[in-house]
Formats: sequence, C-alpha cells, structure tokens
Amino acid sequence: MIDRLLAGGLAGFARAVTGVRADWRGCAPVPEQRIYYANHASHGDFVLIWSVLPPPLRRATRPVAAADYWGRDALRRYLGQALFAAVLIDRNPAARAADPIAAMGDALDAGSSLILFPEGTRNATDAPLLPFRSGLYHLARVHPRVACVPVWIENVNRVLPKGEFLPLPLLCSVTFGEPLRPAPEEGKAAFLDRARDALLTLAPGCREAP
Amino acid sequence: MTAHALALFAAVVGVLTTASLVGLVLRRRAALAGPNPTIENLNARIRAWWVMVAVLGGAFALGKAGLVLVFAFASFTALREYMTLTRTRRGDHYALGAVFFVILPAQYWLVWTEWYGLMAVFIPVYAFLLLPIAAALRGDATNFLDRVAAVQWGLMICVFCLSHVPALGMLDIPGYEGRSLLLVVFLILVVQMSDVLQYVCGKIWGRTPVAPVLSPSKTWEGLIGGGAGAMLIGTALWWATPFSPLQACWLAGLVTLMGFLGGLVMSAIKRDRGVKDWGHLIEGHGGVLDRLDSVVFSAPIFFHVVRYGWTV
Repeated sequence: MIDRLLAGGLAGFARAVTGVRADWRGCAPVPEQRIYYANHASHGDFVLIWSVLPPPLRRATRPVAAADYWGRDALRRYLGQALFAAVLIDRNPAARAADPIAAMGDALDAGSSLILFPEGTRNATDAPLLPFRSGLYHLARVHPRVACVPVWIENVNRVLPKGEFLPLPLLCSVTFGEPLRPAPEEGKAAFLDRARDALLTLAPGCREAP
Repeated sequence: MTAHALALFAAVVGVLTTASLVGLVLRRRAALAGPNPTIENLNARIRAWWVMVAVLGGAFALGKAGLVLVFAFASFTALREYMTLTRTRRGDHYALGAVFFVILPAQYWLVWTEWYGLMAVFIPVYAFLLLPIAAALRGDATNFLDRVAAVQWGLMICVFCLSHVPALGMLDIPGYEGRSLLLVVFLILVVQMSDVLQYVCGKIWGRTPVAPVLSPSKTWEGLIGGGAGAMLIGTALWWATPFSPLQACWLAGLVTLMGFLGGLVMSAIKRDRGVKDWGHLIEGHGGVLDRLDSVVFSAPIFFHVVRYGWTV
C-alpha cells in the first residue's frame, strides 16, 4: 500500500519536474504484453517511461536494471525491488551465476511487460545511440508473441546527465513507436539494426542518425 | 485604484463573454458542415483566455506580491520551454542550474524589493559575465559561443524582459500614487488585444506577408488593422492611466509595434529549431512563450519610456 502510494508519488514528481508528454505515435497504451526498449542516457529514463504509462500498465511493467548498481545499498535495493519490481541482471558475464536472458524470460512468462535499455549502459557520448547488445534479440526470439516497442526518450539526458545530481526543469518527451518482432528468417544483426533504426526514427529531426 | 481595476476587469469579462458567445454561434453554424478546425481552435483559444484572465485577475487582487509571483512563474515556464529547444551540452549544466534556481528568483526578488538600480543591471552585467565563466570552468569548448549566447538570450527574453511587467509597479508617477500596477493592465490588455486583432484582421484581409519565410500568418493587413484597433483600445483606456488620450494612443502604437517585431524574432527562432510552437501548456495557443512573445519585447521599452517621461 505504502509502496504503491510512494510509487505513484514518484511518478507524479517525475512528471512535474520534466513536464513530460507521451506521444503514442506507433501504438496505443493498451494492456498487451510488450518489451519497451529505449535509449538510455540518465537514471531518470525508466522512471519517465514508467510515469507516462497508465497506472494499470505501469503495475504490469518491470524495468530491467543492473544488479551491480541497484543492489549496492539498502535504499537502492528498496527502490529497485519493492518500488519498481526491477528485474535485476548481472552485467558481468565472467562472474555471473544467473543467465540474464532467463531472468527476463521468467518475468515475461509471468505475464509482465519489460522496460529494457539495449545499449546496456548510459550513453554519455555525442552519438544518439550506442551499439545494441544482443539481449533484445534473444528475448524476442524466445518470446515471439511479445512485441518490441521502440521508445525514444528526449531530453532526460539534459535534465540529469550522467554524474550530475541537480535535475534541471527542462521539458521531456517520450515517443512510442510501432511494435516490431523478428521475422522468421531474420538474423541477430539484421534484427538489431532494424530495431535500432526504428528507435532512431522517433528522435526529433534536429538529431540526424549517424 | 480599486474602482479603476474593477471597471477594467468588468470590461475584459464583457469582451470575453461576447467572444465565447460568438464562438458558440460560429460552432452551431459550422456544425452543419462538419467539424471546422479553425473554429475549434478559436474556441480553445477563448477558453484558454478565460483561464489566463482568471489567473491574472487573481494575481491582481493579491496586489504586487501576486503579480510578482505570477510573472516569476511565467518566466520559469517560458525559460523551460526556451531552454528545452536550445542545444546546450553537459558543460552548461551548472550555468543552466544557476539560471533556473538562482538568477530567476533573484531578479524577481529585486523587482519585489523595488531595487531598480540592481534590477536593471543584474542580468545584463552580472549574470552575463557569470554564465560564460560557469560554462568555461567545465572545460568544454565545443560550440562554446553558440551555447553561451543561447543561454544568455533565453535569460534576457524569458526573465529580464518579462520581469519589467511587474516592475511597472515600482514607478512613482506624480498624481498617480498607488495606482502604478494599473500600467500592467494597460500594457497587457493593449498587447494581447493587438495580437488578437492582428490574428482576426489577418484571417479576414491578410494578403501580403511581412516576412513570408519567417511567418506566413503575419501580414501587413493584419498588422495595420490590428495596430489601429489596439491604438483605439489604448486611447479608450486613458482614464485608467497617467497618460492623456493622445499619449495613450501613441504608447499603444509603440507597444503594438514592439510586440509585432518580437513575434517575428521568436518565429525566426522557432523556425530555426523546426518547431511550430514553444510548448503545449495553453490549449489552442501553444506554449507560454507563444502567448508572451509580444509582451516580452514591449515590456522593457514601455517601462523605460514611461519611467523617462512620467516619473520624477
């Protein structure tokens, strides 16, 4: 109960600070199982996607986050697990015990939607997107019924860039594109390229794809 | 002051009621031919006007404190819309933080305390030197001049210029003691009515764009018709001001011209950034900056002309 109130409060706070507008350009906010994959430049990213989802969808949508970051102290563990119900994955392939694809797959099997940042880390470069990791492809292959929805987050990286702690009150927008799924014969590289292009086309015109 | 203010408020409510009725009739008539986007937009604009008049009326009822707070908030929102469209980098983070959280409140605090000397130079001298320093200390030279200029110009129009509206209250005009806040009503009424009349005259007679590349909707016919109407309205409001009818007429002409040119400048910025409106806050109008662009350019000129010509 308290968690739910806190979560609602946090979503409201994020919307107030960023004045965020949701643009459902390629699909509607309907309760359908999805993998929302987005560009990643700030810690505010998934809170923002999550805050523009209608509450019933929000409760059924879990962010995928790095265990090394969100497991670091008690506050982060509370936020990550109790509040956001994050699917925590280990980014270090050498040391990890659990398979991240399996962890995400379990969440999908349980009926949840996911928020995924296929770049794998926050982008602090001038390029609009870093290369995609392959997780999105493997996940989509194993769960062909779940649609992958590209989500472009604009300006959050300016509100709270990596390493800063004072958020600026700039206006943000979240644009949802058309859902896509891997075609039967489509390979990993081809699908990831297609997914990346679908995400880039949602970026405002002032940012050209490289 | 109170009697004058109430009369002005009643007049505005009368005009808006008429506008709402006209909008209703137009919609009824057009309903036969299916939905009409122009009329829907007109009605959205009129509804937004009711909200804006209610906010300003409420602020006015609270006196100087209300007006300073409302314009500080308008500056904040305008600055937010403006900075969102600039291409600042991570190295501008401290400078932008200072703009939003230090310089803006400080400027309105100076207006509140009526410290004219510092209010007039605080942004153009101190802030303009501090901001590039804050950016330079972060050590990123990429597009440095563009970034610094964009931040400074945003601060200039969204905060410095707009703060001159509530600052009208600090003018001491002989024989007009305790009523100087009415100058705020005069300025806003004339500039906004001129915007409305330019829009209406432009829709009816508009043929020749003033600057076709920047804004096809700003026409000579609209400017002349709207300007003449605004000058008539300004003249008709002379009783609430320290001006003679003739003075009220040419001052209305001056702020109309500045407002028009300000709209042109802001259109150039929007066009360069590839957007139609600054934001989405006010239904039918766009952002706060879309509604205030003409006020921003006329306020400091009006302030200084009145200060030079009418105060002791």
